[in-house]
Amino acid sequence: MSTILEAKNINKFFHDPIRIQVLENLSFSINKGEFVSLTGKSGCGKSTLLYVLSTMDTDYDGSLLIDGEEMPKSNEPFLAKIRNEKIGFVFQFHYLLNEFNVLENVMLPGLKLGKYSSAEVKHRAMEKLKILGIEHLAYKQANRISGGEKQRVAIARALINDPHIIMGDEPTGNLDKKNSDLVFDMFKQLCETLNQTLLIVTHDPSFAARTHRIIQMEDGKIIP
Amino acid sequence: MSNKLLISIAKALLLARWRQTLVAAFGVTFSITMFITLLSFMSGLNDLLDGLILNRTAHVRIYNDIKPNADQPINKNVQYAKGHNFIGSIKSDGNRMAIYNSVAIMNAIQKDTRVLGLSPKITAQVFFNDGSVDITGSIFGINPTEETKLFHFDEYITTGNSADLTKINNSIILGKGLADKLLVQIGDIVQITTSKGDRFPLKVVGTFQSGIKDFDNVQSYASLNTVQKILSVPNDYITSIQVKLNDIRQAPAVAKEYQQLYQTDAEDIQTANSQFETGSSIRTLISYSVGVTLLIVAGFGIYNILNMMIFEKMDSIAILKATGFSGTDVKKIFIYIAVSIGVFGGLIGLLLGFGLSALIDQIPFNTVSLPTIQTYPINYNPKFYMIGIVFSFITTYFAGWFPARKASKIDPVVIIRGK
Repeated sequence: MSTILEAKNINKFFHDPIRIQVLENLSFSINKGEFVSLTGKSGCGKSTLLYVLSTMDTDYDGSLLIDGEEMPKSNEPFLAKIRNEKIGFVFQFHYLLNEFNVLENVMLPGLKLGKYSSAEVKHRAMEKLKILGIEHLAYKQANRISGGEKQRVAIARALINDPHIIMGDEPTGNLDKKNSDLVFDMFKQLCETLNQTLLIVTHDPSFAARTHRIIQMEDGKIIP
Repeated sequence: MSNKLLISIAKALLLARWRQTLVAAFGVTFSITMFITLLSFMSGLNDLLDGLILNRTAHVRIYNDIKPNADQPINKNVQYAKGHNFIGSIKSDGNRMAIYNSVAIMNAIQKDTRVLGLSPKITAQVFFNDGSVDITGSIFGINPTEETKLFHFDEYITTGNSADLTKINNSIILGKGLADKLLVQIGDIVQITTSKGDRFPLKVVGTFQSGIKDFDNVQSYASLNTVQKILSVPNDYITSIQVKLNDIRQAPAVAKEYQQLYQTDAEDIQTANSQFETGSSIRTLISYSVGVTLLIVAGFGIYNILNMMIFEKMDSIAILKATGFSGTDVKKIFIYIAVSIGVFGGLIGLLLGFGLSALIDQIPFNTVSLPTIQTYPINYNPKFYMIGIVFSFITTYFAGWFPARKASKIDPVVIIRGK
């Protein structure tokens, strides 16, 4: 089993208003095909860790390896490319671009990658929407669909470039029980059928309990 | 590929807020319209005023001035050549106004490649006799064809025809003011007396209005032959040669050269009419500064609207960045937005500016001193349109650059967590 993501001795401080250590010497790794949940009480630093792992936050000490490659801390265009190519995101709030329709929202990161022609990207986007059972929404405007649907569109967008890992920050935190189960089933299905690696931050114990592996955090440390 | 994607994102953002976009574009349109109109009008006016004097003035005028001879006999004496000689009671040497060897000089100048053309001229001081009244005036002996070709002589003839000066013997074209004083019309005869006392009858074939009333009260034109006859001088007698150059800026150098070469006096247009140059350049400067100010104000409008747009689109920017768009990409998107507002607004502005100038061009503008002008003057110089579009591009680029840089620096983590 190959390692997709590896964190070595991650330390992070908040400097404002006073210097506080939020992440303390964290080291762990995630293998391909794993469905990992990151849990802990709110304020324990789990979201902060996720943003460090996602390369969006570069203000930390220690090293982060994605797909065996060390991430630099100051090459913004390179990190943007890594996020585009290797990481898919799903957030608590749906964050679709309201100026575009559903299909275009899914296509955007694919077009940015520029690996396939726009016709191919469109075809692939339709496939992802089909996997998530929302192909009928493809030509709807992004702000005209329901919350649960939006979250599924966001998952389709995260999948478009076949990323190494999908990261989610409370992806079900803003959804009702029914939709939240639906989204969980989607993740589970992706993991089982496509061997997709997933790292999901959640404070919902029932959600965490159903994943392969739980990383529990408290006060900036991992509880073994 | 990537740029095409960024442009399509910019387009989507623009169209999503089309009302704001339209307001911003309207600011640019308005300023470009005013810029074009102002410059066309001001420049048309400048050309008109310059034309009053500059079109009619030779670029280089060759003549013999009344002044003391620089070569006094004492200087020729070898014995005193090294000393500094003081000479008292010196007199001006003005007994010969004619240019020596004028035919040869004219032939030589005609062959000069810098010269567009030349027109010989004779000035004669005369009295116009009207009963018991004598009016002082002057007659210019000219070649009407050359004078029309080089100095727009025909444009100032209000009645009659300049060609009649050569067709009809002993004919004259009078200034409007002069003709009114003498109470003569076309076909009438005026009596003149030369400074030597000879009387001469001349037939009036036209009147002219130069736009400068003082000229019209004393001046008149006749053919070279007629004036030579009046003064009883041979037909190579010429008092000045008026030269028009291909490039007016060469005039001072050419004047200096001719002065040396032909041993006469030569004056260039810049020295003779320096005040006009200054007036035109200051008027142009004022129009440009007003135009540029308008554009900068429009630039601030765009800056504000983009700033607001970035504030509204924080979420979108964060999501673009999270899904792999770099800061540079985000910056490009906002610069595309700004520049497309500028270019779109600017192009409409050019059209409206052209329309407004064309409208002003139709407004009647009648003035006694300018008989050939019927409407307000407009200069449709393509240069103004070029400057307008380039400037709208540059100002909107910079107006977009600062908000775009701000957008590119947005930290997606702060926005996503901030909810």
